[in-house]
Amino acid sequence: MTPQLTAKPGRSAEPAATGRAQHAAGAAPQNRKRWSSRSRRDFVVFLALALPNLILIAVFTYLPLINNIYYSTLNWTLGSASAAVVGLENYVTFFTSADAGKVLGTTAIFTAATVGGSMVLGLLIALALNSKVRGTTFARSAVFAPYVLSGVGVGLVWLFIFDPGYGVLAWILRSFGQQSPQWINDPQLSLVMVIIVYVWKNLGYCAVVFLAGLQSLPQDVLEAASLDGAGGFRRFASMSLPLLSPTTFFLLITTMLSSLQAFDLIRIMTPLGTGTSTLIYEAYLQAFGAYNRAGYSAAISVILFAILLVITALQLRFIEKKVHYS
Amino acid sequence: MSAPAVVPAKDVKPDAVPPQGRPFSRANFLQTVAGGYVPLAIAVLVVFLPLLWMVLSSFKQPGEIVTLDLQVLPAALDPENYRVAMTTVPFGQFFLNSTIVTVVGSGIKVILALLTAYALVFVRFPFKKLIFVLILVALMVPAQVSILPNYILIAGMGGKNTLWGIILPGLGTAFGTFLLRQHFLTLPGSILESAEIDGAGHWRRLWQIVVPVSVPSIATVALVTVVSEWNEYIWPLIITDKPESMTLPVGLTLLQNSESNGAGWGIMMAGAVLVIIPILVIFAMLQRYIVAGLTQGSVTG
Repeated sequence: MTPQLTAKPGRSAEPAATGRAQHAAGAAPQNRKRWSSRSRRDFVVFLALALPNLILIAVFTYLPLINNIYYSTLNWTLGSASAAVVGLENYVTFFTSADAGKVLGTTAIFTAATVGGSMVLGLLIALALNSKVRGTTFARSAVFAPYVLSGVGVGLVWLFIFDPGYGVLAWILRSFGQQSPQWINDPQLSLVMVIIVYVWKNLGYCAVVFLAGLQSLPQDVLEAASLDGAGGFRRFASMSLPLLSPTTFFLLITTMLSSLQAFDLIRIMTPLGTGTSTLIYEAYLQAFGAYNRAGYSAAISVILFAILLVITALQLRFIEKKVHYS
Repeated sequence: MSAPAVVPAKDVKPDAVPPQGRPFSRANFLQTVAGGYVPLAIAVLVVFLPLLWMVLSSFKQPGEIVTLDLQVLPAALDPENYRVAMTTVPFGQFFLNSTIVTVVGSGIKVILALLTAYALVFVRFPFKKLIFVLILVALMVPAQVSILPNYILIAGMGGKNTLWGIILPGLGTAFGTFLLRQHFLTLPGSILESAEIDGAGHWRRLWQIVVPVSVPSIATVALVTVVSEWNEYIWPLIITDKPESMTLPVGLTLLQNSESNGAGWGIMMAGAVLVIIPILVIFAMLQRYIVAGLTQGSVTG
């Protein structure tokens, strides 16, 4: 872990320390006496430097995970001083209610559509960016830009575009003699609308990662195939695409994780969550919407976390494998 | 070491392709246009037209928006919508709050990341491997699942509707620590060894040697942090319900609620411009670092 500073004797000639600090140094035996006092000092230096950050991570990242599980066993109204322990009742309520199918279904549709959409379009854009034309540097930055913009701002801009009365889309449809669909009021169309905007915002990320993958492919192999008479599509389908599979898998995991956490666009475009209530949004609505059902919301968060954990575990397994084979 | 994000290649420059020595035949020209320029032009337009529309609409009067004939250009560059947005809701206050949260939050996060990464790489300590794994795991824990417990914790500490309440829970930084650690591991040990022989302590080694040679990595961490702090929505939305302490994204929600008829779109677009343009400008100037940081680390926050 620390290739540097492995066998440097310290300058100080303080008396030797014993115990853990000495053990930690792992220095050459002849230096041990001088190492140890420095090691003890390093121990303190390390804590002084790292502890503030570590405490913050512990309190605001790890502790909430435990608390969430605890809260999920409570029948508790947010803001109320009393709460009753009800065990797994919140989970049972969720899975036996009509909510479960709807929320899980919406989550699955939203995730599948956004992941598929941004990956396919991202790959197509990456292929275009990989072509030998001028201006690809600018185009690459341009398509990436929406990824860094505020979800709230982006949501508002697209809400205006989709506006059935005065939006650009309605105007285009009108000029073809069509009526604008009720993007805002129809639950199914609301979901379609949010998916489109989410893909717009995120495909640049996929494009840039795919482009990096494409550019790391072995060019000599592709050229050899080209000399053997393999056409552009053939080379792509039977060589580039299989060789890209590590990138594809990486993107699949990361985009899935972020789609499952998508909040800003859903909140700003469909505040009531009608037709667009994914797990994360349902957890928000239950606790901070009209109901103040803190325990129930925590249960949904725990379910979401379990799903995210499984996906992350898949990713880690894969990376281990890749490291192993390379 | 199992990094959470393994992007196969580093920040590869797309224009670094070998120069093309092919003749400018008509077939080649058409192929270049159809295969390269047309898809790229469409992609760039799809990104820019909505943003252009936002800027144009932010200068339009209600009469230019509530009309069946699309008016592409505003009649005049009249900042009326911006004035209305500022007076309908305390936009100046939102802007100030967002700026404070972003500057203070990112500043502290970058310093914490720097100190932790330095300690993990250059200071001897027995449990470094375990600590690093715990930081990696934290990198993968989404903030979204922690909002309720953190709300209860911060509200209990009296942090509701305060700027410190907005900033505090996000201060611990796994992303920055991870990124800087990876960079520090690539620094040649010799430069630090000579400083050590000269009697420089850890503090001096950090600020006089490690920091100056790590400016690009620190810039990457700082920029990614600034972008995510500025855009942060779910946490400030939950922890504030008074306009005085809201950030810009949360304040925009307030504007949306107060302007629900068609005429309000111009005002809302003015609000969207105020939240989007600062980041777009930063991105345009420093996109190299931001793209590299976001695609290497993959997880922000």
